[in-house]
Amino acid sequence: MVKLFIWIAAPLVIAPLLPGVINRVKAVFAGRQGPLLLQLYFDLWKLFRKGAVFSRTTTWVFRLGPAVFFASVLSVLWLLPFGDFRAPFSFNGDLIVFVYFLGLGRFMVTSAALDTGSSFEGMGASREVQFAVFSELAFFLVLCVLAAGAGNFSISGIFRPGQGAFCPGLMVRVLAAVVFFEVLLAENARLPVDDPNTHLELTMIHESMILDHSGPDMAFILWAHALKMWIFGLLVVQVIVPVTAGGIWGQAGVTLLAIFLMAVIVGIVESVMARLKLCRIPVFLLGASAIAVVAYGLSVMR
Amino acid sequence: MLLAALVLIPVLCGTAEFLVRDVRLGRLILITAAVSHAALAASAWILSPPGIFGGWLALDSLGLLFLSITSLLFLAASFYGLNYLKHAPVSGKTEDEEGEFFFLNAPEARFNGCLLLFLAAMTLVILSQHLGILWVAVEMTTLASAPLIYYHRHTRSLEATWKYLLLCSVGIAVALLGNFFLSVAATIETRKPVSFILIDLMSEAVYLDVMWLKAAFVCFLVGYGAKMGLAPMHTWLPDAHSESPSMVSALLSGALLNCAFLALLRAHQICVAAGQSVFSRGLLAGFGIFSMVIAAIFILGQKDYKRLLAYSSVEHMGLLAFGVGVGGGVSVFGALFHAVNHSLTKAALFLASGNILRAYQSKICGHVKGLSSRMPATGFLWAAGLFAITGMPPFGTFMSKLMILTGALAAGKYLMFGICLTVLTAVFWGMARAMLTMVQGDWIEIGPGCVRDREPVLSFLPGFLLLLIVLGLGMMMPDWLDQVLREASLSLGALP
Amino acid sequence: MIHLIWVLLLLSGLLLLGSSRMMHCLRIVAAQGILVGLLAVFQAECPGLRVFLLSATVIALKGFVFPWLVSRAIRQTGTSREVEPFVGYGASYVCGAVFFMAAMELAKRLLIPYHGVSPLPVTAGLFLAMVGLFIIVSRRKAVTQVLGYLTLENGIYAFGLSMAYEEPLLVELGVLLDVFAAVFVMGIIVFHIQREFDHMDTGRLTALRD
Repeated sequence: MVKLFIWIAAPLVIAPLLPGVINRVKAVFAGRQGPLLLQLYFDLWKLFRKGAVFSRTTTWVFRLGPAVFFASVLSVLWLLPFGDFRAPFSFNGDLIVFVYFLGLGRFMVTSAALDTGSSFEGMGASREVQFAVFSELAFFLVLCVLAAGAGNFSISGIFRPGQGAFCPGLMVRVLAAVVFFEVLLAENARLPVDDPNTHLELTMIHESMILDHSGPDMAFILWAHALKMWIFGLLVVQVIVPVTAGGIWGQAGVTLLAIFLMAVIVGIVESVMARLKLCRIPVFLLGASAIAVVAYGLSVMR
Repeated sequence: MLLAALVLIPVLCGTAEFLVRDVRLGRLILITAAVSHAALAASAWILSPPGIFGGWLALDSLGLLFLSITSLLFLAASFYGLNYLKHAPVSGKTEDEEGEFFFLNAPEARFNGCLLLFLAAMTLVILSQHLGILWVAVEMTTLASAPLIYYHRHTRSLEATWKYLLLCSVGIAVALLGNFFLSVAATIETRKPVSFILIDLMSEAVYLDVMWLKAAFVCFLVGYGAKMGLAPMHTWLPDAHSESPSMVSALLSGALLNCAFLALLRAHQICVAAGQSVFSRGLLAGFGIFSMVIAAIFILGQKDYKRLLAYSSVEHMGLLAFGVGVGGGVSVFGALFHAVNHSLTKAALFLASGNILRAYQSKICGHVKGLSSRMPATGFLWAAGLFAITGMPPFGTFMSKLMILTGALAAGKYLMFGICLTVLTAVFWGMARAMLTMVQGDWIEIGPGCVRDREPVLSFLPGFLLLLIVLGLGMMMPDWLDQVLREASLSLGALP
Repeated sequence: MIHLIWVLLLLSGLLLLGSSRMMHCLRIVAAQGILVGLLAVFQAECPGLRVFLLSATVIALKGFVFPWLVSRAIRQTGTSREVEPFVGYGASYVCGAVFFMAAMELAKRLLIPYHGVSPLPVTAGLFLAMVGLFIIVSRRKAVTQVLGYLTLENGIYAFGLSMAYEEPLLVELGVLLDVFAAVFVMGIIVFHIQREFDHMDTGRLTALRD
């Protein structure tokens, strides 16, 4: 019972730190002071105490969207393994449920955006879904590569090292990590896929979708974004650095350190690259899918 | 020693050409090199020189056959060239109303030099017994002949050169893959080094891994077949052979395609020695038939007479591949004999086409009329060449085609025989319709008075002599040729 | 180490498919050449003078001379630095994945009786050759076709270094020299094409047809 609680509570508490780390890294690169590391916590606290404003054109879909989004991300947390420990609710085939929960969240957010009746949110929603087609393809492919190698369609089964005879070579793990990283950039609206700080309306993807939410709804959405970052970051880290030894505190420490290092890397990538042209984003993600296919070939060829 | 001279003389003369400034000296070097090469090739019949460099270069019966063809053709082309290059403007321009003939020409020294290097590369292909050197030499022929195609500088010849260069280089790269596949086939089990000389490979052939050998043969077929003009890799051939100057076309069609065929035959020899002859023969026959059908389709209704001749080359190369693919002593003998006949006839036709092009300034069949009255010698050559190339008796091509078809019937390949016969008929109809209308009719006067064009002896004599040889071969096969052809077909695994 | 070189060659082939900048493609092909040269060193069972000489020649030619020749052609013709494809970049990636699977299947079939031999060189060599052929076919400009030819040669040569037994040094050098001459002549012809036609679009070279 305690384990269940910690499994959810820990990411809930720690995840909002990640966007703070990324923003601080970007500020350092730009020579600015930048926002506080704990800025997102203050934002969440502020938003929860505010009231929400709902447009007259919206319906119950608009109110449901953020809640279902947050709930689906929380459910995904329960499927995610950590270090040497299986997830609380792991079963064979749970990797499909994993992807579909995230998809459900995305579906509800885009529906809420369309529900506002504004063409601007609709544009953001359509772009989001269009790129989701390719990012989900890449994501599924790389998960299937790892699953086929492990012979096990459970996420926990994939990441527990020593499970079965599967120990993919370093190259396969590096390539899988690269694909996971590219999917991370796409799913979490990071450069070079989407600029989270842009104020130019025509270039927004994620931001325009959630423009109309306010108050606790906005808080849930921001928190869920941070949690998604945590989830994908954990996947990247666990592919590259499978931690086996040490008790739970040792593993937790190493993994946390690795996730924050990955956030720093995301910050560096954001500072160094410019945004891709919108028509190049599917190419970027199809390239990730091709790399996943190559990783599959390499894992078979050992 | 003889073999080394066969390669070195053209190389040295070719490099000398690049350094020489005087045009007349350049032509003299060309003629000297051609004559000495022909003399050396003729003496090879009598002397049978041994291999050099530890067997890397040697002359077997197949090589002797193709060497003689190449040498003879080069001699004819260079004598023709003496006259052709004298009249072709070097830096002037000629233009007709459609702007079709607005071109410059490359410097003649460069042309002669590339021509001699081309001869050297072809000789190296024929002489090499080491498959690696064979590859290097085939690639060298592509590189040496590309500038030759671009002699008349205009957009169409540039387009033809680019297609030729790219397609042949890609094809030859695939043939390199075939070389590597063959090496793997030889060493994957034993892990011992294997010599790549043909005779050694053939003696070890039964130990070759079958899958890799088959893959290697497919690569060779695609690669060297692209160079040879087998469909569907033939698409560069009509463009390159029609846009280049006529003597170069003669050499390309008559000599270079044979060299590529020789490279393919070497691969076939290895397959035969390894016991996979059914596989390789089947593929050869299939590609051969396909080439013939494609060529027939494009010959019917062809409006450009040089392209017509080029597609005819595709058809005859298909026939050669078919002849070897059918197997059996008669067809293989017929195919090799046909190689001789086709080369000589096609060269004569191309040389004649050069005269027609210079007189009528157009490559369209419809624009050319009245050859028999305006240029009787060329007209005679053109008509006789038509009958020779389509296999009319008493020319040698009749005998060789008959042998191939008889062999096909004897091997029981009735369907292929039927397709062949249909194709040959269609080709005859298409070519006769195009070419005979050029010979007959009244020519359009371009100047006052009805004057016959001045026909220098050198412009028709080489072609005439070549056709005479084909005629002679058709009526009587000399013993020495018969023996060499028999030896060559035996070496290809044909049963006597 | 050999494994790493082959994986990098595979990835370079993939990168080449999706790259839209010509100089970027050129640098990828140059990197491929250097990797192939390194492969020559690491692949040899008994490293000696011959191996180092061959490797140095390969690195010099494929890594520096050929890219320099092509970049000279690009600069002299003044063409725009954009690769213009017939087949879009996303579709090219999909084709690349298909080629990889085809190469894997071919390698598996060819190596059925030989369990000790790693299929990676066969797969990667064939994949790179297929990528080279695809680039020749699917890109408009003549210069990118030369880059595709170089990739094809790199793939085939790398395959030969790994799988085929040692050829005599003369033959290896002959092969390299041939490719050098081919690229040299191609560079000259590309320059002439740009000058005559005022474009390099091979899709528009359609004057000769039936």
